[in-house]
Amino acid sequence: MQYNPDKLKQYNISEADLALASSSEKEGIDQMRPSVTYWKDAFRRFRRNKLAIVMFFILTIIILMAIFGPIFSPYTYKGQSRDVRQGPSWQHWLGTDNLGRDQFTRLMYGTRISLLVGVVTMVLVCLIGITYGGIAAYVGGLADNLMMRFVDLMMTIPSMLIIILLSVVLRDPLESLFNNPTFSGLATLGSGLISIFLVLALFNWLGMARAVRASLLMNRSQEYVLASEAMGARSKWVLSKHLLPNSIGVIIISATGVVPGAIMTESFLSFIGLGVSAPMPSLGSMANTALNGIISYPQNMLYPAFLISMIILCFNILGDALRDALDPKMRN
Amino acid sequence: MRQRQLAPRRPEPEPVFNYSKLVGYGRAIELMREFGIGMKGDEEFQRLVTSLITIFLVITLTFFLMQMVPGGPFLGENVNPKITERLLAKYGYDQPLLIQYWRYLKAMFQGDLGYSMVVKSGYPVTEVILGSFPTSGKLGFLALSVALVIGIPLGVFAAMKHGTAFDRTFIFCSSLFVSIPSFIMTIVLMLVFASWLKLLPVAYLDSWKSYILPVAGMAVYPMFHLGRLTRTTMLDAVSQDYVLTARAKGLSTGKIMFKHALRNAIIPVITSLGPTIAGIMTGSFVVEKVFAIDGMGKYFVNSISSRDYPLIMGTTIFYGVLLILCNYVVDLLYGVIDPRIKL
Repeated sequence: MQYNPDKLKQYNISEADLALASSSEKEGIDQMRPSVTYWKDAFRRFRRNKLAIVMFFILTIIILMAIFGPIFSPYTYKGQSRDVRQGPSWQHWLGTDNLGRDQFTRLMYGTRISLLVGVVTMVLVCLIGITYGGIAAYVGGLADNLMMRFVDLMMTIPSMLIIILLSVVLRDPLESLFNNPTFSGLATLGSGLISIFLVLALFNWLGMARAVRASLLMNRSQEYVLASEAMGARSKWVLSKHLLPNSIGVIIISATGVVPGAIMTESFLSFIGLGVSAPMPSLGSMANTALNGIISYPQNMLYPAFLISMIILCFNILGDALRDALDPKMRN
Repeated sequence: MRQRQLAPRRPEPEPVFNYSKLVGYGRAIELMREFGIGMKGDEEFQRLVTSLITIFLVITLTFFLMQMVPGGPFLGENVNPKITERLLAKYGYDQPLLIQYWRYLKAMFQGDLGYSMVVKSGYPVTEVILGSFPTSGKLGFLALSVALVIGIPLGVFAAMKHGTAFDRTFIFCSSLFVSIPSFIMTIVLMLVFASWLKLLPVAYLDSWKSYILPVAGMAVYPMFHLGRLTRTTMLDAVSQDYVLTARAKGLSTGKIMFKHALRNAIIPVITSLGPTIAGIMTGSFVVEKVFAIDGMGKYFVNSISSRDYPLIMGTTIFYGVLLILCNYVVDLLYGVIDPRIKL
């Protein structure tokens, strides 16, 4: 390139100053940042929440104990002994209950049940809620209107009463169903637990269906979907590339919201004598057993009570943190 | 738009039929309307119809669900099948389901819900319910009042002191207490205050002191739940322009918060009153069991654990109707608080 030497002299610039920048020099000037995706951004914001991280670790420990703990325990959840209602010792870390069963082992099994209830309910709720909300949003019109009115009506039913009633009613039919060899695989879980899964899913999918439908409809009317359609995108592309990925945050938020509620309801049902069948422990039924003799042996009540509250607290705080991290509207 | 207000007001058309007289409490609605509160006729009617449909649904669901339970009331080991047959015929259990259903409905409207079989064997279910409800109702009402009277101001103060130590403590406490199921709260309170510190009675309701623990056990969860909600909606409200206007006029902070902002912030709180009442009711099942209180919750739980089907049905229906009516009243409250709301 030719420069006018007079001009260069006038502005006191040498020709070397005007040389093109080499790539190593460019690196120093333009900071090359990898593009931040939605998930990376969400993860970064989640990580900043110290309390949530602590809760995440506590929950991980609880989950690991619940899954692998019973394998290493020398006791089973139903093995009884004559050492009834003992205090903590080296043989029984947290003592024994009113039938001489090891508390620590039973707590791990009970936690397993509580977590299982939370997770299975969440999965069922996702399946029903996403399908229902998706269909309502996709079909639209009168069908959508009717489907949503049905959700409204279901919402006005006092769910706790019907849940209690259903757990009473479902038990015996399920029992006889499991005697049928086709379904004997489910019998290992017990009719009480299965009926809890069913009733909890039955009344928890409503919120999910509403959230999914609202999110799909909201995204459907956004300009970027219009732009995509104007460029010739098919509905399958729009659905899989735009609508579903943009609703996934809403789905995750609703799903994590279901877990603590389900665990709470299960523990309540077990506490009033519904829920899992007898020798199998659940945290709620352990609290129920400990209610007899609570004044003399309060520790047997406090262990399961502490664990239930801790698990629910972890899920609540993680749920709040996830909502803060995933909800794009909360971005500052 | 504005001009329409200047036009002479046309008299409102007469309603086609007076539905409020149709359902007993018409006078109350008429009174409310005279004072300019409550909803517009149509919306009110729609709500009422929805509530009635739900009540009907709950009754129907309860009846048919209970029929799914195998076994019968007169099954025993050494019972002559002839006698069983006669007994079934006498009580109408040999009739088709729909006829039984119709009979149950008819009897229910005459205040007859059958007889308890196990828990209070031989007593009419209606008698059990009416005898035990006042205790439970009183406890529940006290718990709800405590939750509202303490929870809402706590939320308002937390929003006023946004970002301070008080606010952070409040948030932490509310996350903590919202995670503790009410049955655990009740038991822990009982252990600490009644069993260890021996400050308050362990069981029964016989003095004013014995009310404290049961009410606290039921009130803690809704108190923090409502408080948290109030805080969130208040934070929303104080960023609005009318709050700025009020501040520019020189109103005191307390007046702005409690007279201007709270009035708008309270609407979502009222929305959640329905679930809150349901939660307090669920709490009462446990509280009455733990404190051995002779209330309806105790009978409900006992009827479930001993499979006393007529009592389960009666109490479920009673609770269901009560909750739906509460929801309806909460809906009416909307119109009182915020005349702009359309349902």
